Order: sequence, then structure tokens, then C-alpha cells
Amino acid sequence: MTTEPFIHLAGVRKVYRRGRQEHLAVSDATFDVMPGELVSLVGPSGCGKSTLLKVLAGLHPHDGGEVRIGSATHPFAPERDIGMVFQAPLLLKWRRILENILLPAELLGLPMREARERGRELMAMVGLAGNEDKYPYELSGGMQQRAAIARALIHDPKLVLMDEPFGALDALTREKMNLELLRIWKESGKTIVFVTHGISEAVFLGTRVVVLTAGPARMADNFPIELPHPRTLDMKTHEAFGVYTRRIYKLLGME
Amino acid sequence: MRDALRSTLDSRVGLYTLGVLAHLGLLLAWYLFVRLGDVPKFVMPSPADTFGALLKPNYDWWKNTLVTATEIFAGYGMALVVGVLLALAFTWSKLLEALALPLLVTLNMIPKVALGPLIIVWFKYGVFPNTLIAFSIAVFPILLTTARGLREIEPDLLDLVRSLRGSRWQTFTKIQLPGALPYVFSGMKVGAILAVAGAIVGEFLGSDRGLGYLMLQVQVTLDTPAMFMAVILITLIGVVLYGLVLALEHWLVPKDARIG
Repeated sequence: MTTEPFIHLAGVRKVYRRGRQEHLAVSDATFDVMPGELVSLVGPSGCGKSTLLKVLAGLHPHDGGEVRIGSATHPFAPERDIGMVFQAPLLLKWRRILENILLPAELLGLPMREARERGRELMAMVGLAGNEDKYPYELSGGMQQRAAIARALIHDPKLVLMDEPFGALDALTREKMNLELLRIWKESGKTIVFVTHGISEAVFLGTRVVVLTAGPARMADNFPIELPHPRTLDMKTHEAFGVYTRRIYKLLGME
Repeated sequence: MRDALRSTLDSRVGLYTLGVLAHLGLLLAWYLFVRLGDVPKFVMPSPADTFGALLKPNYDWWKNTLVTATEIFAGYGMALVVGVLLALAFTWSKLLEALALPLLVTLNMIPKVALGPLIIVWFKYGVFPNTLIAFSIAVFPILLTTARGLREIEPDLLDLVRSLRGSRWQTFTKIQLPGALPYVFSGMKVGAILAVAGAIVGEFLGSDRGLGYLMLQVQVTLDTPAMFMAVILITLIGVVLYGLVLALEHWLVPKDARIG
């Protein structure tokens, strides 16, 4: 490949200090993400995957190693090129859906007329057309999470960071949202880092999977998923899919 | 019949009608109790006798009602301003919050009614000390619930704002303050009830005006209908205050965000 990586991590470490106690949250995280890739970070609780996401978001400083985001062909402005989606939709209860989606645009001081236009387009893209004036409580959990995804895209960020965004949804809705996310990813062309503890979800979504293990936290593996696109649910029964998931189970000591 | 009931319970007009009917029902029960029980007027007057007390001009109903309403609304208004401003100050200074909050919890335990005699010693009697008593009793629920509401902010939401380098002011105006609003109203509702009680206690303790004062005056002459009427007017002032708070909440806070 001739393109430069969009994200370059080399030997990244993160230590939390509480009083005199030190807790190693991330160690030796080394991987690259190409522009437009969807990388899954998978591992058990306490493996540092969420911490790593916060380092990428610039919310936590790292304690060692190198973090580089952006390249000559894909410049990156940390203050306006990050979209975030969390496990909870975190919609503001007192705002209607479209107004919720516009929040990042307001924070960044973008021209609101265009943002509003774009908000409507994004709502259509995530399958929420017609719900602009509803309040969050009028929407199901899956629909609220669609709104959260639209909110993460409103300011057209280059990088979208997702922290177990479908972890709170029921299994069927989750599978549906996986397919939707793949479609949105293709349509928007964003680079996505997707944190999950679902092994099958990580393989199904990722162009690449980074496996993290806990106790002590360290990066265990990083490999591409060479399943064709667009991905379909029946691929989960394919031989190749099983090879990938078995590889991850093994790394996590669950085989 | 059942379907009719269900559709009444589902419609807003139907619910209002039922509410009005319940009030009329209470009036009727009161009337029947006095009439059929042959209760003496000085023990319990009939609704007609009670409203008849309004015709006695020497009781200065209008003036006394205005005095009590002034005390309640002024005390409540002060409590609202001071309570919310102090709670806001806490969000800007962690030190202030750490010092003041435990103290306020203790002060809240003082039965404010017990401060009444002191306040009257300090400020003589009249509208102002009664306003202060109403204030002192209503300010705590408003302050404490507002402070709590301002603290209730999702850490992930804070991260979302920080990832976009949102300012502290933006966090405050777009997330913290509107998020605290349902809590403010929850405290305001409790405060409204207490403010009414505070003003009346003040008038009982020492005053030369107001519905509480009037009640003590007519008690001496055993004019029970007038006492009943005074209670009704005090209640009406409270209902107006509470209704204003509810209307404001209805206007400012969407349904799902309301608490208490």
C-alpha cells in the first residue's frame, strides 16, 4: 500500500495513578489505521480499550510511545475532526432529535443553516427521517443510538470513535445496527475505531481487528479481516468467519 | 360504560372535568355533613355560612389576603433567586461547595418555625419578618435540589463536549443548566408549599395584618366561618403559586425530563 496510515500508534502506554497506586491501563499498543478503515478494538473489561479510545480522542494524555493522527493526504484537526458515540445514546432529554444532532455544530460554532440542512440529510441516512421534532423518549433504544451516530457525523469529522455503541441493545437490534453501521460507514467514507467486547461483532464489522488482553493490559494481536464487502449476516456461518473468531477466543484464553 | 370511562381517562378535558368534579364533591360532602349532622355553626359552618363571612367588611379580606400573598410571593421569590444563585456558585467553586454543603444540610435541620420568635426580635413584626420566615423555609429545598441537579452530569457527555474542545461556558449553558432544570422545579414545588406555611406561622407569631393575623382575631370571638374562610383564602394563594410553578415547568421542561 502506498498511502500513509491515518492513525499511527507505536508502543503507547497509559498509566492511571490513584494516590501511590499505579495501574497500567494500556501497554505497548502498536497498530496503524488506514484512511477509511473500520478497526475493531476487542477485549475483555479492563483491557484498556476504552482508555485507548480516550487517548485517541485527546481526552487523556498518554504516558509513553507515539500517537499520530492525520497524514499529508488526510490532515487531521483534533478540535473538530472527532465524532464520538458511546454505549448510552446520551441525547439531551430537553432537545428534540434534530436539535440533539446539531449539538456538535453549535459547540464548534459552525454556520447553523447549513448544519441544519446536513442534520436532516444525516437523519435520513441513519433511517430517522420524519423524527426531527420528536423528543428522545419517543424513540426506541436503537433509534436513539442512530441519532447518536448522526450527531457524531454532523460536523463531518474525519475520525469516528465508538465505545461499545450497541452494547445496551437487544441481540436482534444489535445485528440490525451492525448492518446499518456498515452501510453508513460505506456511505460516509469515515475512518472508524470501534470498541467492543463482542468477538463476533468485532470480526463482522472490522476491516482489521486489534485484540487487547487484560491483567496486565497489553495488545495481543492485530490482523486484517479479509471477508468480502458488503458483509452479510450469513457470513457469520462461513468457515473463514469461524477461523477469525477462534483466533480471538484463543488469544483471550477462552478456548 | 367501561369504554366511556376509558376514553374520559385518556382525554385531557376528561381529566380536568374529573378534577373539578372531585372538588365539587368535597363541597357537597361538607354541606351534607353539616346539614344532616346538625353540626353547630361555631364547630363547623356550612359552605354558605363560610362564604357569607366574606360579606363582613370590617375583616378587610382583600387587604389581608394581599398582605399574606405579598409575604408568600416575596419570600418565595427571594428563596428562588438565592437558592439557585448559591447552587450555581457551588458549581464554580468546589471549595465553596465542600464548605457550604455540609453546613447547609445541618442548617436545613433547624425547624425554621423555631426561628420565628428570633426573627421577630430582630426585625420587629410586620410584612418583612414574615417574608423572611417564608424565605428561610423555602430556600433549602430549592438550593439543595438545584445543587444536586447541577452535579448530575454524565461523564461521557462531558467527554463528548471536551472532544470538541467545548468551553466550560458551553458545557454550563447547553448541558448543565438545562439538565438541572427539572431538579430546580422539583425543589420549587416543595418550596412553594413550605413558603405558604412559613408566612402564616410568621403571622401567628406576631403581626398586625394578614390572614394568619385575622384568624387569631376571629378565633377570640369564635367566628368559625371567618376562620374557615381565611384557611380557604390561604389555600387559594398556595394553589395560585403552585399552579404558576407547574405552568412554568410545563413550558420549560419536556415531559420525560420532569421529576417529582
